[in-house]
Amino acid sequence: MMDGANRNTGVMAGLMGWVDERLPVTKMWKEHLAEYYAPKNFNVWYFFGSLALLVLVLQILTGIWLTMHYKPDAEEAFASVEYIMREVPYGWLLRYMHSTGASFFFIVVYLHMFRALMYGSYKGPRELLWILGMLLYLSLMAEAFFGYLLPWGQMSFWGAQVIISLFGALPFGIGEVLSLWIRGDFVISDATLNRFFSLHVVALPLVILGLVGAHILALHEVGSNNPDGVEIKKNKNAEGIPMDGIPFHPYYTVKDVMGAVAFLFLFAFVVFFAPEMGGYFLEHANFEPADPLKTPEHIVPVWYFTPYYAILRAIPDKLTGVLAMGAAVMILFFLPWLDRHPVKSIRYRGPLFMMLVMVFAFTFVALGWLGMQTVTAVRSEVGLRLSELYFGFFLLLWVHSKERSGGYLGVTFAVVAVVLLTVDGIRYDAAKAGLMMTSALIPLVYFLFFLFAPVFSNLNQARPVPERVTA
Amino acid sequence: MSSSDVNTGRRRFLTGAVVAMGGIGSAFAAVPFVASWMPSERAKAIGAPVEVDIGKLEPGQMTRVKWQGKPVWVVRRSDAALESIKKLGDETLRDPDSSQAEQPDYVSGEFRSIKPEYLVLVGICTHLGCAPTYRPEIAPSDLGPEWEGGFFCPCHGSKFDLAGRVYAGVPAPTNLVVPPHKYLSETRILVGEDSEKA
Repeated sequence: MMDGANRNTGVMAGLMGWVDERLPVTKMWKEHLAEYYAPKNFNVWYFFGSLALLVLVLQILTGIWLTMHYKPDAEEAFASVEYIMREVPYGWLLRYMHSTGASFFFIVVYLHMFRALMYGSYKGPRELLWILGMLLYLSLMAEAFFGYLLPWGQMSFWGAQVIISLFGALPFGIGEVLSLWIRGDFVISDATLNRFFSLHVVALPLVILGLVGAHILALHEVGSNNPDGVEIKKNKNAEGIPMDGIPFHPYYTVKDVMGAVAFLFLFAFVVFFAPEMGGYFLEHANFEPADPLKTPEHIVPVWYFTPYYAILRAIPDKLTGVLAMGAAVMILFFLPWLDRHPVKSIRYRGPLFMMLVMVFAFTFVALGWLGMQTVTAVRSEVGLRLSELYFGFFLLLWVHSKERSGGYLGVTFAVVAVVLLTVDGIRYDAAKAGLMMTSALIPLVYFLFFLFAPVFSNLNQARPVPERVTA
Repeated sequence: MSSSDVNTGRRRFLTGAVVAMGGIGSAFAAVPFVASWMPSERAKAIGAPVEVDIGKLEPGQMTRVKWQGKPVWVVRRSDAALESIKKLGDETLRDPDSSQAEQPDYVSGEFRSIKPEYLVLVGICTHLGCAPTYRPEIAPSDLGPEWEGGFFCPCHGSKFDLAGRVYAGVPAPTNLVVPPHKYLSETRILVGEDSEKA
């Protein structure tokens, strides 16, 4: 037995040697798994990167199978989806996994991004890692948007109509040509459906896979951040291995498998018991075939776009609304250069930062809720105020990147007040004056508190960051 | 070959020339890829003018046709409707004279039509492309006592009067579009082709 085992190892080692001389398999295995040292203090927030990868694999797999039965043709698309749901063996499961996977992808990615916000994972030397992640987020939004047209239901059609019309807001006739170019027709039609299919199943998956590769390479180059925001590479032992690091494999592969089990449990629950999620994951209006002559009463994008949609709707001018919505996404790219505070983790940055992040998270969720509701005067007013808070967050991050004098904060407040008053002056409407005055309290309190709290308290006092990771 | 033998100037020039030519070539090669996204010949053919028979239209009635795949409305307005259009002005409408609006120059400023009675409009909201509903009734409960009849967009609440002029304070920025059209006879309109200026 011993002999046999020894010979076996010998043969395997010989074979690996033969391969390694031709393809650096062992080298890559070591670099990215067995000898990639990740901080030993990862917490539950560090599951979402590997979970995003898991959902991506699920989406690609179910997507390939759905493509085998789906027809990207305006005459047949709706019926082919129903065919998958009713007649293809396990078609319903593949489709529900794919549609649920889309929503879960965004849940996981939003949590992944929130983790980065809490622990300052976008700060140097991880700026490029963050930008690659943002590009992934943009590609994912495009992928989801193209995919949503494919079932060719009422919401597919009119949702796409509204989003493509956004480009039409651009001035000097560019907008009209651009939306014509995107649609390939004067309205959304078969041509649009066919090209969205091609982009959804070929172009964007390729882009996403490429970006995921770059994202992981960039991560492994700079090393993972951690809940303490301590650079583990600064403390290495004699062999050059970070003292607070543990090899990704087997430690974190095993941990991530645990995460995957918990995730799949939840995922399967939704797939089997609530695939429509009460209209949030699959909207009710989408069970009616697309009708270009009839608009559904209430058009809403899927939940993961609604925070931005609320910003768009809150602004009473079409072009400004579109620009603000675009800016709301694009500003995230600049996070590494807006938040210049030397302390990375929320654990040591002081209570003010924690409150700021919590209010921002609340703002984002509240905007998301508003984006799903019908428009009323009060809701659009609140939407506008929350949009002001959304953008205000980034300003405050920048302001509190270092200690500022009372005068500096006073001037900042004056500038903010002038900007907000100008906005209110432009959109002034006598009928809504009372509402505008009342709602103005929201940004007033927000900016007064978050700008001046450091002057009157030590809420913005950072605590000393430990040399080594804790726990 | 030692590095001193290298003519770096020539090398840089050749590299630059190759990059420049490659760039120009790539730009030309991109043309078919970009251009293929524009509407195909078939899509353009479907966008050909359509004829509408308005002979059977009663006052207040609307008929819909499809032109370039878009809904086009032809409304026969009653005298009362025309009166209400005259009444509305600066205080309720954003652009009562249609100075910003997309419309052919042969339609009249006031009623936005060739003949006051017949209104031809593209039935797509200028906000984000929804299809507004035709609401000719006066002061219905959901639109309020000020409502003189017109078009209401359910998506984002834009309102238009019976000449397709946008109300102030709604999200739509401009009046509804009047498509090019002309009268072939007393009872037939061709949508999609311009009239000679009246």
